[in-house]
Amino acid sequence: MDKESPYWIDGSVPETPGTGEYPDPWKKTTIVGTRVPRVDAYERVSGTAVYPHDVSLPEMLHGAILRCPHAHANVLKIDTSKAEKMPGVLAVLTGESPGADMPWYSRRGQFTSKLFDTRCRHEGEEIAVVAAETPLQAVDAIRAIEVEYEVLPFVVDDEAALEPSAPAIHEGGNIIGEPSVRERGDLAAGFAEADVVVERTYSTKCEIHAPMEPHGSVAKWDGNRLTIWDTTQGVYSVQEGLARAMSLPLANVRVIGHYMGGGFGSKLEVGKYTVYAALMAKTTGRPVKIFMPREDCFLATGNRPGNKMTVKIGAKKDGTLTAIDYKSLGSPGAYPAGAGSGSLAAYLYTCANVRTEDTTVYTNAGKARPMRAPGFPQGAWALEQAMDELAQKLDVDPIELRLQNIATELQAEENRPYTSNQLAECLRKGAAEFGWDEARKRVQSDGHLRRGVGVAACFWGYGGGPPSTVIVKLFSDGSVNLNMGASDIGTGTKTWAAMIVAEELGVAVNQIQIEHADTATTQYATSSGGSKTVPSDSPAVRAAAYAVKVQLMRMAAEQLEVDVSDLELRDLKISSQSDSEKSIEVTGLEKLGRQGLVIGTGYRDPNPEDKITFPFAAQFCEVEVNTHTGEVRLLHFLGAHDSGRVLNRLTYDNQVFGGIVMGVGLGMTEERVLDRQTGKMANANFHDYKVPTMKDIAVEHSCVPIDIPDNEFNTTGTKGLGEPATIPTAAAIANAVYDAIGIRVTDSPINPVQMARLIAEQRKEA
Amino acid sequence: MNEKKDPTQRPRGGVTRRGFLGSVGAGAVVAATGVARPGEAIPEITSPEEMVRVALMINGRLHRLLVEPRWTLLFVLRERLAITGTKAGCERGECGSCTVLIDGQPRYACMTLAVEAEGTEITTVEGLLDGEELGTVQKAFVEEDAFQCGYCTPGQVMAAEGLLRINPSPSFDEIRCGMSGNLCRCGTYPHIVNAVTTAAENKKGGQ
Repeated sequence: MDKESPYWIDGSVPETPGTGEYPDPWKKTTIVGTRVPRVDAYERVSGTAVYPHDVSLPEMLHGAILRCPHAHANVLKIDTSKAEKMPGVLAVLTGESPGADMPWYSRRGQFTSKLFDTRCRHEGEEIAVVAAETPLQAVDAIRAIEVEYEVLPFVVDDEAALEPSAPAIHEGGNIIGEPSVRERGDLAAGFAEADVVVERTYSTKCEIHAPMEPHGSVAKWDGNRLTIWDTTQGVYSVQEGLARAMSLPLANVRVIGHYMGGGFGSKLEVGKYTVYAALMAKTTGRPVKIFMPREDCFLATGNRPGNKMTVKIGAKKDGTLTAIDYKSLGSPGAYPAGAGSGSLAAYLYTCANVRTEDTTVYTNAGKARPMRAPGFPQGAWALEQAMDELAQKLDVDPIELRLQNIATELQAEENRPYTSNQLAECLRKGAAEFGWDEARKRVQSDGHLRRGVGVAACFWGYGGGPPSTVIVKLFSDGSVNLNMGASDIGTGTKTWAAMIVAEELGVAVNQIQIEHADTATTQYATSSGGSKTVPSDSPAVRAAAYAVKVQLMRMAAEQLEVDVSDLELRDLKISSQSDSEKSIEVTGLEKLGRQGLVIGTGYRDPNPEDKITFPFAAQFCEVEVNTHTGEVRLLHFLGAHDSGRVLNRLTYDNQVFGGIVMGVGLGMTEERVLDRQTGKMANANFHDYKVPTMKDIAVEHSCVPIDIPDNEFNTTGTKGLGEPATIPTAAAIANAVYDAIGIRVTDSPINPVQMARLIAEQRKEA
Repeated sequence: MNEKKDPTQRPRGGVTRRGFLGSVGAGAVVAATGVARPGEAIPEITSPEEMVRVALMINGRLHRLLVEPRWTLLFVLRERLAITGTKAGCERGECGSCTVLIDGQPRYACMTLAVEAEGTEITTVEGLLDGEELGTVQKAFVEEDAFQCGYCTPGQVMAAEGLLRINPSPSFDEIRCGMSGNLCRCGTYPHIVNAVTTAAENKKGGQ
């Protein structure tokens, strides 16, 4: 799987941190799988949750960052003299400041830039930073900094950047390495066998993550120890990045990230703003807070690259796929990051002859960061529309065509089978609940309002795994403290963790207090991203609770003088199964009373060696297209997901619907616009960059979990959900639009402007 | 605008208006108050640092403080009074994270100058609590899981509260319209619709 690992997973081999006793799969559950409101719901709805943006420390200063207004420029001279004399200003930082001349790197540790680079490769690169007594004083001061630029020719179009004459963004040209190729079989032979071939070029637009809490940090020094409050998906990732950048021991960097206002992949790594805050906090001897203005977040905190994808599929009359040829072009912006999209085309369906080729190219645009299923929604937009077209040509139901070609193994080097693949169930059960057959038979035309239905399928190419360590403490009164490093980015991590402990120990969910996301006080976890927090950390939570349970049972066996195997634990009471007279409350255990508490340490069990695990999904939607205005209304969206066991049905539904809403953004509303005249982003705000609002969503949403535990994968039987929930959405909409009006919309977004044009063209042709 | 209660019993205008008019520039004045008309005398110019006295009635408590005329209500809430339930998302009136009630109406605190808010009743998300007890809308958000990361949630809750005060039984389309000024990037809108519906029912039931 190493070659197929998502590009944002560092190259290291994940390892189970320790051995432990791993419990057997649950036979039945009483709490896990039910609907439990979040354990931190009170804090989040009352306004009492302290997000990093809310942190205020005594004597705290506020920072502001001056950014390059040009798409491509050399900084010739920076004059900070006026800013330094302004009221309230205590520090001005540029690349020439002591300690600020440091290299900057991509996540894999390649040094490609500097903390302040005199070569600005996209609009929004950092020039200088100010710390002042108030936020407005800091903003006033950066405006007083005078910068002399040598403005350079730029390129913001992916295809133009491939031209030899294009301005070179890095030495060695704009093409980033060799194209990434996956290949099996013989493509020419495969197409020769085909009775039907479809071929088309598709494109998606660049999307911005745009979490509601802007990016930022608060930094405070105590001697040689640095404490950071960061809005992050992974405190350990930020700790590692900061320690590396500032040459500090890991132990001296404490990162706290209890609450955070969304990330979607844009908050997986340390930001330059964190380093600036730390540097200025050091020189001023006061805490420094830097939060980015929204416009800057649009420019410099990552994006999902747009892709141009050509897909050609060959099939026999009976629906057997004979060949898939897939080519993709994308740009991660001005620095290395992934922009490929070929995984789905390579592996979703069984096909003997496949070639995918991903070309990535530098452009003078903000650097990409992994965004919710990086590369996959783009790939689905192309592949799943092509499958839809193929089904029309073969005159079969698009669901049947997919069912016929589901892959049971990863068709890569070793052809490893999946531990589970319930895609067929997703398609069948989803179609049944959606009323697919009835919807396809319905009269679809009501004058200018035309209805259509669409389906799209996917897998997500990462399963999760070690490392993860969790500690559970049970106190003598039966209350529990759960200690884990994972961030709860809004996915309900704390809540399912409490539910698992409650399931294992028979403690009420509200008896469990949780410490999490703090590098100084909580256990090691990888970042919350890639839909891997549940499958990676939930088994460790369970193992920790199980370790506590084992100790309690031994204590009870000793005290009751019965064999451990005869005992069962329920509602904090341990009873003999053979002798109902013999039972004891956990709080009555003498040894527990003497010890004060029991500690259980849990580790993530290793993944099976010869198999591979992915979550799968199919989504269905019904649309109504207004052929007068080009408006597309979403009537019904249904997500049928194979993410293994459902831990919390309440948050599970929410996650599926949230993924669909974000997919509606890719499919219908979102598009980063870079001005061709200047290379600057023309819509770096929420007014012009259209994140879906409540008016853009479907009238009805349904969630159909395929709740079948994958017990071969881990001890909770879980797989991930966050990414697959957004992968097939846009493609399902496009297929439904085709079903409604017979127009294949190859370029996202499906907005009224484009639809009106396509409908007019269709009329002209007719 | 004309009949606002002034909790300080001080006549409106005076210091507040002069300091505010003189310092934020004509464009902003027109946008913010609509009072600068051609031919009207240009008020005395004050420097941005000149502080203005305001008294703000927030969640039933009167706060007297000095503000720069350019400070928004959002800035004063968060940075001066540490009432941080109200969130900053865009600070330009586009995302709704900072929604508060001003005289019962949902308003973006980032688009309201602190000096403008004098004489009004301001309610933030903290103001919906009764002691430690959550308000009806907040409870419905918990029950229906109408949030994920929770950052837009105080704004969503206030928009819902404002909507239900004006329209106690909103239809689905009225909910969609009433809540469309508040972005949720986690995409919890379907559950927010459920929460608003539940809250409407519970409010009618006297909860």
